[in-house]
Amino acid sequence: MKVKMLSRNPDNYVRETKLDLQRVPRNYDPTLHPFEVPREYVRALNATKLERVFAKPFLGSLDGHRDGVNCLAKHPKSLATVLSGACDGEVRIWNLTKRKCIRTIQAHEGFVRGICTRFCGTSFFTVGDDKTVKQWKMDGPGYGEEEEPLHTILGKTVYTGIDHHWKEAVFATCGQQVDIWDEQRTSPVCSMTWGFDSISSVKFNPIETFLLGSCASDRNIVLYDMRQATPLKKVILDMRTNTICWNPMEAFIFTAANEDYNLYTFDMRALDTPVMVHMDHVSAVLDVDYSPTGKEFVSASFDKSVRIFPVDKSRSREVYHTKRMQHVICVKWTSDSKYIMCGSDEMNIRLWKANASEKLGVLTSREKAAKDYNQKLKEKFQHHPHIKGIACHCHLPKSIYSQIQEQRIMKEARRRKEVNRLKHSKPGSVSVVSEKKKHIVAVVK
Amino acid sequence: MNVVQAAESLLALSQQEELEDLSKDDPLSPSEDEGDIDGERKHKKLLEAISSLDGKNRRKLAERSEASLKVSEFNVTSEGSGEKLVLSDLLGPVKTSSSLAAVKKQLNRVKSKKTVELPLNKEEVERIHREVAFNKTSQALSKWDPIVLKNRQAEQLVFPLKKEQSAFAPIEHVLSGWKARTPLEQEVFNLLHKNKQPVTDPLLTPVEKASLKAMSLEEAKMHRAELQRARALQSYYEARARREKKIKSKKYHKVLKKGRVRKALKEFEKLRKVNPTVALEELEKIEKARMMERMSLKHQNSGKWAKSKAIMAKYDLEARQAMQEQLARNKELTQKLQAASDSEEEEEGAEEEGELVPDAVNEIQMDANGPNPWMLRNHSRGTKEIKVQDPEQLPEPVAHEASENEEEDRPGAEEEILLNEFEERRSLRKKSGLSQEAKLVSRQEPKDSSSQEVLSELRALSQKLNQENQQSGKQNVSSVRTVLAVQREEPTEAEEEPLLLQRPERAHTMEKLEELGKEGCFQNKEVPRPVGEGQQSERNPDNQPGAPKEKKRKEQMIDLQNLLTTKSSSVKSLAVPMTVEELEDEEERDQKQMIKEAFAGDDVIRDFLKEKREAVEASKPKDVDLTLPGWGEWGGMGLKPSAKKRRRFLIKTPEGPPRKDKNLPNVIINEKRNVHAAAHQVRVLPYPFTHHRQFERTIQTPIGSTWNTQRAFQKLTTPKVVTKPGHIIKPIKAEDVGYRSSSRSDLSVVQRNPKQLSIRHKKHLKKNSVD
Repeated sequence: MKVKMLSRNPDNYVRETKLDLQRVPRNYDPTLHPFEVPREYVRALNATKLERVFAKPFLGSLDGHRDGVNCLAKHPKSLATVLSGACDGEVRIWNLTKRKCIRTIQAHEGFVRGICTRFCGTSFFTVGDDKTVKQWKMDGPGYGEEEEPLHTILGKTVYTGIDHHWKEAVFATCGQQVDIWDEQRTSPVCSMTWGFDSISSVKFNPIETFLLGSCASDRNIVLYDMRQATPLKKVILDMRTNTICWNPMEAFIFTAANEDYNLYTFDMRALDTPVMVHMDHVSAVLDVDYSPTGKEFVSASFDKSVRIFPVDKSRSREVYHTKRMQHVICVKWTSDSKYIMCGSDEMNIRLWKANASEKLGVLTSREKAAKDYNQKLKEKFQHHPHIKGIACHCHLPKSIYSQIQEQRIMKEARRRKEVNRLKHSKPGSVSVVSEKKKHIVAVVK
Repeated sequence: MNVVQAAESLLALSQQEELEDLSKDDPLSPSEDEGDIDGERKHKKLLEAISSLDGKNRRKLAERSEASLKVSEFNVTSEGSGEKLVLSDLLGPVKTSSSLAAVKKQLNRVKSKKTVELPLNKEEVERIHREVAFNKTSQALSKWDPIVLKNRQAEQLVFPLKKEQSAFAPIEHVLSGWKARTPLEQEVFNLLHKNKQPVTDPLLTPVEKASLKAMSLEEAKMHRAELQRARALQSYYEARARREKKIKSKKYHKVLKKGRVRKALKEFEKLRKVNPTVALEELEKIEKARMMERMSLKHQNSGKWAKSKAIMAKYDLEARQAMQEQLARNKELTQKLQAASDSEEEEEGAEEEGELVPDAVNEIQMDANGPNPWMLRNHSRGTKEIKVQDPEQLPEPVAHEASENEEEDRPGAEEEILLNEFEERRSLRKKSGLSQEAKLVSRQEPKDSSSQEVLSELRALSQKLNQENQQSGKQNVSSVRTVLAVQREEPTEAEEEPLLLQRPERAHTMEKLEELGKEGCFQNKEVPRPVGEGQQSERNPDNQPGAPKEKKRKEQMIDLQNLLTTKSSSVKSLAVPMTVEELEDEEERDQKQMIKEAFAGDDVIRDFLKEKREAVEASKPKDVDLTLPGWGEWGGMGLKPSAKKRRRFLIKTPEGPPRKDKNLPNVIINEKRNVHAAAHQVRVLPYPFTHHRQFERTIQTPIGSTWNTQRAFQKLTTPKVVTKPGHIIKPIKAEDVGYRSSSRSDLSVVQRNPKQLSIRHKKHLKKNSVD
């Protein structure tokens, strides 16, 4: 005879350690969990609201410069180190974790126009208004030693920008022409020109490292090939471009920060039409830097704000501003893609979070799961008007706000006029020019 | 003006003359007289003078007036004549002299060669150069296209792209620089060395290697299979043992024990024949057990339990039996085992045992009519016939006895039979209970009682049969079984019969049943959410086709007339003289007729009206029916709640405000739009979606863990970009994605000055640019 009785193995319900999470059996029958869409909608709404509630991007400011910060550079090996050059010729090296200046150098007389680090992180280069290029050691001088540059190159003209090659001991400066220097020599290895004008910035392509891009004051962007020692192509825009930045994940994509309040993302193989026109700024865009993931970039503008754009969107995702921040001259996205630094006129370098509402520090797995879920919910319901309204809402300073309104009116008027002209003219006589093509004057081969 | 014209005509004349002159004599011939030349010069001067009149068209001629027209061997000029110097002219005089053959050849060679083109200007060259360089570069860049596309479309990108490899050092290096310091480490090391655990490259110990070598795959498989079988068998035996252990019947266990003993004895016998030495050992063992028993007083009937049993034995058969058992055991154990143990002696032993038991116990045993096969077994052989002949005895014990007899014939199957017996008994007990119940029922129901009578008759018959078949007990058993079977089947049939009777009736109504079921479904659906009904009906307007159909038919009769009246009224409202109106009316009528004929097929108006009616119907709030079938009355299939109940639980919705398009016959105003809900609804189809259904589907699939399994939830919520905090993300590299990055340095190419390109190369460039 067999006697049946309940028998349970304690292994099945008693956990061995505190961290041993029990599997809770669940019934996923959809009839038991009704109203999935409304419930998820409410969750998405809450997530969006909380995102706005917790959007506190400002982390801190690094003060110490005695003049406006003109240029910034990242350390290629250390996340905590940042270099900045000011308008009085002072260069400072900062430690971000301590938020302190660890070294101060009086590098130039007049502006420090450009600063860049060597790819190995052992030294950095500065150019200034005193027509010199100087190379400095990253580490400070020993006790009793004087603060002196490793090398100094005296040039004939003022250099306005500098960038270092990503792999080799080569750097490029710009001024009257683009010069490519070997670190060991005092004269440029090769200089490339196309017409005569002052070139404001030059940037090496981080992927195909022999490519360079520069922008000049006669409204053009010129691409160079270092191997063939020749310019490649020139595109002339409506207004002058202040600087460009290459996408670190897509070899042929770069973004140009323009005086006409817009940013233009180009595919360098087809310069006649930009891939995307990014517009939200209400004044000249002064600097741009890509996130190391290549999905977004940050732009600094004369309108005292910093904006973050997704690469494939024409409108910004985020706008950062504070009451005291003046014209933002330079901006950098840190190499772990978590923070943004911007240097502005009023002598401060500010540190921001790249995601305004992100929680800093280590997340538990449950927090991470909740974060991912909320993110997905926000994405899923982003088109719903209520959620969109909350997500897009941001407080702006009055000056920017009114400027936006004004420009909207102007734009609308222009559009209306165009439509009217199109309506009242012979069909085919007036052609509609798309927003992308409108700002390109010419492409010169 | 006139002067100019005259001069021109003159010029034309003189030119004609000139041409004629030229045709007459060879201008280059050296044998020309002076006079001719002089004349020519004058003529030319004249021409010059005339042409200079024209101011504009002044032709500059050579100013030299030397006699250089002549082609001499020192001086070559074509000046003045306006002709080109041709090589053939030069070669003319060379023809005659053969000494100049080499020069001739040279000149011929020059003739065959073409002239060198002018070099391109600098800008042009640079432009071409740029263009070629650009093409080259963009070609080089296009290798990134697939990667960029892949990264853009990737579900998830994890940065940094290149995983930082932890510095791998060969284990030997690590070990050489490391020594065991703590006692624990030393211990571990010692252990490792003892087992010859290889610290370096080969990862297997010699023993492991040997074992690997020793056993092939086949062998290992066989070995494993064997092990599996053994394990299965073991578990089977274990299960069986457990089962047997759980059996509570003492009798069973006793029988089992006895069987075991008997078996052991048999084996011993066998052993004695086959292997005497082992048998001796066995014997010793048994002897030892006996001695132990003798020493102990275990089975002496002197223990507490035995005493209590002795008291009980007078009245209790089982107790008596137990005592006997014990005594028997005692005897068995204490008896010295002899080499030849006879069955006779056993019997004697049994008799003695009987003597040992108190008399009273035995008396009772003899009187007992409740036959115990275990007790009777010893006597059964002798008293078999007497017992079988006894007519009063129940058939069951007979059967048992018969089985008992068999059992003795083949003792191996003893246990199974025993088990069978128990089961039979149990079933019998149940059945008797059942039959009693049946009897009780029989008093109430005559039909059942009659069946009972039949049963009893059957029983009697079977008993008679038993008496006739005295020899075979087996048949008895079977007959009894059949009877029992009949008994068993009877009540079940009785139960089933009403069901069977009902069936045909049901079959008739099967279709209705289905309908009912559907109705039920409808009700179920409609009752719980009357609010959502409006939406539902909007989605599928033909959901409730029953009710509105009849109304439709009626309205179809009316609608056209309605429409016509409204139209005619509007026409009549125009203030126009009657006579004209009549004329116009006729014309209009004609036109209407024509239009009607033209559009005879499509009745737009009716369609519209129908649509409107449907919209109105759909928008009307429905009554809520809250009747629950089966509450407060009989329920079941095919039963409908009473009209009273329905009336009571039907909630009539109040009449809403009149529709806005009530008085507008040719307008439908949708009143569905909920302003509060609209704030949460998407108005325009968002960009990447091409159809609203696509979008709806994405919205309707939930992603939360409430609706998805953990795995699915994780998959659905993977973030698009994952970054590691504190890690530097470097730009993508060709090596990262499997491309070979160029080994040559960017700078080395620059140092080689590329501007010194050969002319031929430049030409090539130009060709390229043209293409």
